Amino acid sequence: MTPADTARSTDAATAPRLTGEGAAAALMLGDDALILSHRLAEWTGHAPALEEDVALANISLDLLGQARTLFSFVGDEDELAYLREERAFRNIQLVEQPNGDFAQTIARQLCFSLAQELRWTAILDSADCPTPIRELAAKAVKETAYHRDHATEWTLRLGDGTEESHARMRRGMAVMWRHTGELFAPVPGLPLDDAALREQWLTALRAVLAEATLDLPEGPDADAWAAGGGREGVHTEPFGFLLAEMQHLHRSHPGATW
Amino acid sequence: MTTAPPAADRSPGPSEWQSAFDAAVAAEERIEPRDWMPDAYRATLVRQIAQHAHSEIIGMQPEANWITRAPSLRRKAILIAKVQDEAGHGLYLYSAAETLGVSRDELLDKLHAGTQRYSSIFNYPTLTWADVGAIGWLVDGAAITNQVPLCRCSYGPYARAMVRICKEESFHQRQGYELLLALSRGTEAQRAMAQDAVDRWWWPSLMMFGPPDDRSAHSAQSMAWKIKRHSNDELRQRFVDICVPQAASLGLTLPDPDLRWNEERGRHDFGAIDWEEFSQVLKGNGPCNEQRISQRRRAHEEGAWVREAASAHAAKRRARETAPTGRLPGSTTGRPADRTAAPKGAPAS
Amino acid sequence: MTTHWPLWEVFVRSRRGLSHTHAGSLHAPDAEMALRNARDLYTRRGEGVSLWVVPAAAVTASSPDEKDPFFEPAGDKAYRHPTFYAIPDGVKHL
Repeated sequence: MTPADTARSTDAATAPRLTGEGAAAALMLGDDALILSHRLAEWTGHAPALEEDVALANISLDLLGQARTLFSFVGDEDELAYLREERAFRNIQLVEQPNGDFAQTIARQLCFSLAQELRWTAILDSADCPTPIRELAAKAVKETAYHRDHATEWTLRLGDGTEESHARMRRGMAVMWRHTGELFAPVPGLPLDDAALREQWLTALRAVLAEATLDLPEGPDADAWAAGGGREGVHTEPFGFLLAEMQHLHRSHPGATW
Repeated sequence: MTTAPPAADRSPGPSEWQSAFDAAVAAEERIEPRDWMPDAYRATLVRQIAQHAHSEIIGMQPEANWITRAPSLRRKAILIAKVQDEAGHGLYLYSAAETLGVSRDELLDKLHAGTQRYSSIFNYPTLTWADVGAIGWLVDGAAITNQVPLCRCSYGPYARAMVRICKEESFHQRQGYELLLALSRGTEAQRAMAQDAVDRWWWPSLMMFGPPDDRSAHSAQSMAWKIKRHSNDELRQRFVDICVPQAASLGLTLPDPDLRWNEERGRHDFGAIDWEEFSQVLKGNGPCNEQRISQRRRAHEEGAWVREAASAHAAKRRARETAPTGRLPGSTTGRPADRTAAPKGAPAS
Repeated sequence: MTTHWPLWEVFVRSRRGLSHTHAGSLHAPDAEMALRNARDLYTRRGEGVSLWVVPAAAVTASSPDEKDPFFEPAGDKAYRHPTFYAIPDGVKHL
């Protein structure tokens, strides 16, 4: 975290602008990062060890930085974050899920960071993706690799820890798994081989879970279909409360500068 | 082969230890963990460093209270980074305390049981967004005034932790001031919010320097040991003198009708502090005492299964690593290849 | 079941060309987590390019009581320092 990171991440006046599909892509990835950052920041002061308060805040800040850069390609970051209605948000449902216990948070982190790392890497390698997003990918891929590492290490410890932690981690995966169906839904403006990415993701996820003495969920939880789809602006009930909390102060003072 | 006298005869007696300690403190040398030190010096340091560490950890709460409602993404990033720093500072300080022979777990237990204190200031609530600014400007400002002299404290690990903390904290106060400035120059409602926050945080900030010198239980001995460098009243006066012009630049007033420049003293006079309120909050009757400790306790208790899992996993790994593999006949201590980027081989300097 | 995470000493190399320097300590269940915690705790502001973590229990330290026998004998051997030797004015590169 350098001082520059806390400043407006890209000067709005000089930021490259995207339109059409490029803007839609930036908004989707930006909303994912913004909302997951918000959820992770909720842990501050509540984490299972002080070291984890610091670690989760770090990940939250990385994601917030990514969101702000992506928003700068589209418009004013605060208008986008604070003045859109729920149906205008394009994040996947996985990232808006409540933190639950630490195992659920780690399960969400594992599913998302594995996917995000694969996607950032693919964006970096694809000349057909918008240049500003590719430039961000160079930085984001390193951040995300660390997030994946953090989630992996904790999955191993919780899965192969105590009986209780194993049961909680299994439950955490089951809770989050049902929201992973849209992780690789095609994003307009990002011409990637999403089906291949999903295969890579499944392979990597299975490997981590196997080492953690866990499996992919079976039985009633096994189906990872997404009822509506966050990418279309259809969200789950907890999301409205998240937005109410996040936007309340900003909206109470229309036009104010903070 | 018994020509050497028994070891005990050669080692210095308690009075020699005491005078070596006194001489080191007088010569502005640092006392280090393995040095002999008087029991009371050790106990004072444990009490003070623990209280300081607890304050950082409890102090996360009133500000974290606003993370999810921060009104701009820039402010949100700043606030997360700041509260994260506070967790880090707590950790540096617990480490310093541990060099004195106490464990962090022990200190946390005492915090949770209410037998060790934290700064009373954190028992006041953050009611509006402007409180985040007032905490940065006034509470962190008062803390820095207190802490800068601690960088020269006679106990080495504490002094070193404070150097690191003071360096990192310099942004905390500035962000608070900048936040209030934005409000003060903003809409009528924002301006009122800023003034209200300063009105509520000013007096508690002055109380942060502790009771007046003539009623301070630990001051004289701590000054002699060079744990403390300036008296409570002196630091409080210094803080008031710093704040008055800063408040003027903010365009906000300080809620003290008796506050005025004293030409003769070359310092500001200020009104009487309500020490009854101070002692009530200290006793646990502040607005948030119960809430702060319960949240801390809950996080600790709800995290127990996570900490246990990590310990259990580490034990399993150790057992696996030392178990005979069969592939390396005769070897029972071979280490499997590291999965991580941990440094390999002996650390050569 | 113990929940007490052991103590680790953290050493940070601030940039290439410098040696690792003791930065502080922390708690972690094992070496991998200690390394990660050290990264988050001691290099948040870009303070390092490399980290070591060492179990605090593995450090053997000299005792302050033995300070004199350990360190005083080195005090009177001035001939180990270049300034001990007188060289005529004008002799260079020595």
